[in-house]
Amino acid sequence: MANFDMSAHVRRINRQDRIATAVLVGIAAFVMLMLAAIVIYILVAGAPKLFDLNFLTGKPQQFKEGGGIGPELFNSFYLLILTLLISVPLSLGAAIFLSQYAPDNAATAVAKTAIETLSSLPSVVVGLFGFLFFVLYMGWGFSIIAGAVALTMFNIPILVRVIQQALEDVPRSQRDAGLAMGLTRWETTIHVLLPAAMPAIVTGVVLSAGRVFGEAAALIFTAGQSAPVLDFTCLDFSSPSCPWNVFRPAETLAVHIWKINSEGVVPDLTAISNGTAAVLMVCILAFNILARVIGKYLERRLTSE
Amino acid sequence: MALMAKARVERVGRGVTGACIALVALLVVTLVAMVAGRGIATFTADGIDLGSFLAGTTWNPHQEDANGMPTVGALPMIAGSFSVTLLSTLFALPIAFGSAIFVVEVAPRFGRRVFQPLLELLVGIPSVVYGLIGLTIIVAWVRDAAGAMGQTITGFGIFSSAVVLAIMVLPTITSLSIDALAAVPHEYREGSYALGCTRWQTIWNVVLKSAAPSLMTAVILGMTRAFGEALAVQMVIGNAIQMPSGLFTPASTLTSVLTMGMGNEAMGTVYNDVLWSLALLLLAMSLVFIMIIHLIGHKGAAKRG
Repeated sequence: MANFDMSAHVRRINRQDRIATAVLVGIAAFVMLMLAAIVIYILVAGAPKLFDLNFLTGKPQQFKEGGGIGPELFNSFYLLILTLLISVPLSLGAAIFLSQYAPDNAATAVAKTAIETLSSLPSVVVGLFGFLFFVLYMGWGFSIIAGAVALTMFNIPILVRVIQQALEDVPRSQRDAGLAMGLTRWETTIHVLLPAAMPAIVTGVVLSAGRVFGEAAALIFTAGQSAPVLDFTCLDFSSPSCPWNVFRPAETLAVHIWKINSEGVVPDLTAISNGTAAVLMVCILAFNILARVIGKYLERRLTSE
Repeated sequence: MALMAKARVERVGRGVTGACIALVALLVVTLVAMVAGRGIATFTADGIDLGSFLAGTTWNPHQEDANGMPTVGALPMIAGSFSVTLLSTLFALPIAFGSAIFVVEVAPRFGRRVFQPLLELLVGIPSVVYGLIGLTIIVAWVRDAAGAMGQTITGFGIFSSAVVLAIMVLPTITSLSIDALAAVPHEYREGSYALGCTRWQTIWNVVLKSAAPSLMTAVILGMTRAFGEALAVQMVIGNAIQMPSGLFTPASTLTSVLTMGMGNEAMGTVYNDVLWSLALLLLAMSLVFIMIIHLIGHKGAAKRG
């Protein structure tokens, strides 16, 4: 210890600290630059098509230039709405049960494990199961409803986690107060916990909508890869050209990008893919911003009284 | 009377929410059972040897091997899947850990307000869009870089796929690592500072060490995502079903073969059965990943006492 130079040691560790901080700042800057580059590249590359009404509403072409994405755009939103209609109530129920009622037993453990398993399953496996069970076994064929159920399975674990977390983040005292007033657990949940958790739940649902909107692997074998031309005046719910028919095949924007690139026969492939990607990106950005705006708005309204 | 009604509402609420979670659990069990059932048929009904499936290096289901069986060695895809997963994790790890440390230790306010929302956006970008970027930018870069060094390659292959996957798993690993680091009690850091340690010494010797099990979990969840990603990989890996001979030659993964092949083969043929075996393999691997996470969780809990 005699020849230990304390001041040199301090200089050394201080230098290490400065270098480490610089490296960390550099890494974070790199990540943000990369994200900015990706988003800007997609928007710029697709910009010529992004404001082209013929592209946004026209029907896709297989062998010639100038195809549009009208049906795909409609299908993406229709599929999203159906998926949310199925998955939100189901996840809400599951999350309420898990956070309020679930007895500490083997059945609960199995259910929790099932949801955890579902959350880490590759979406292509979910899609293949959808193909096997809903498309073939149930006989629904390649259809919007099969796609919506597959997307529901993909969405449930995300939603259950968000809702459960939101319910558990409500201060314990609020729940106790409700129970002490003689409310049942169900009444406490519906009238006290849910309203308090609503901002977080809505934010979570809208964010998950962004994921569902861009999902493709679970759809190529369930909702299919073809987009029949839609006739919005058609009210025959069994016709494949009726937009609302849930048993018709429906290619979405994300599936469209994948399909035209793997087939590679469209002459203006790059322009169409870039344009479609830009439309997808704009929608995802909108979902992200919307989630934050709605969350903030609800929070203000619910806490101002 | 009112009490009776209350009790009934309570029972109904409990029953309905319980039914939701039971339905979800049932779906997952059905999924595992059906995929396993189809996947096992290759070995039980078609009589293909499990060993030659897992260890065979030639994939050519339309050709018979020496024993008069279809040649269905899945090792090329298994090797491809593991290579892209490991390599992409290797690429993403330093950047993910670095930015997580930045967010938690260096600039928490900026991290929470700006960095984390941006990270959420990165999660939301659809995988086909990443695939498209890989296809149009990364593959071309790799090809040009090799060209500058006098090599002629297509640019498709394990390296390009790993780069695309690294960008895709980066937000997953980063945000879970942020949670892991943020969960380290503040007293640990203060104790270290009180001993005269610099920030970097504190991070390196105290924070990272006590967060190690949760950081492991973050990495494995990232690997799970990389292993199961289908479309983005399929678009950039080149889809040549052969044993990977290098990082820059076209290869394929379990997921890429599934997305390409499933639509083309009729149900019930040996080729189709073998594809389901690949799906089963994919499912089994995700279950293994989940089990590893559980083991780490238990070990971490035991250590903390």
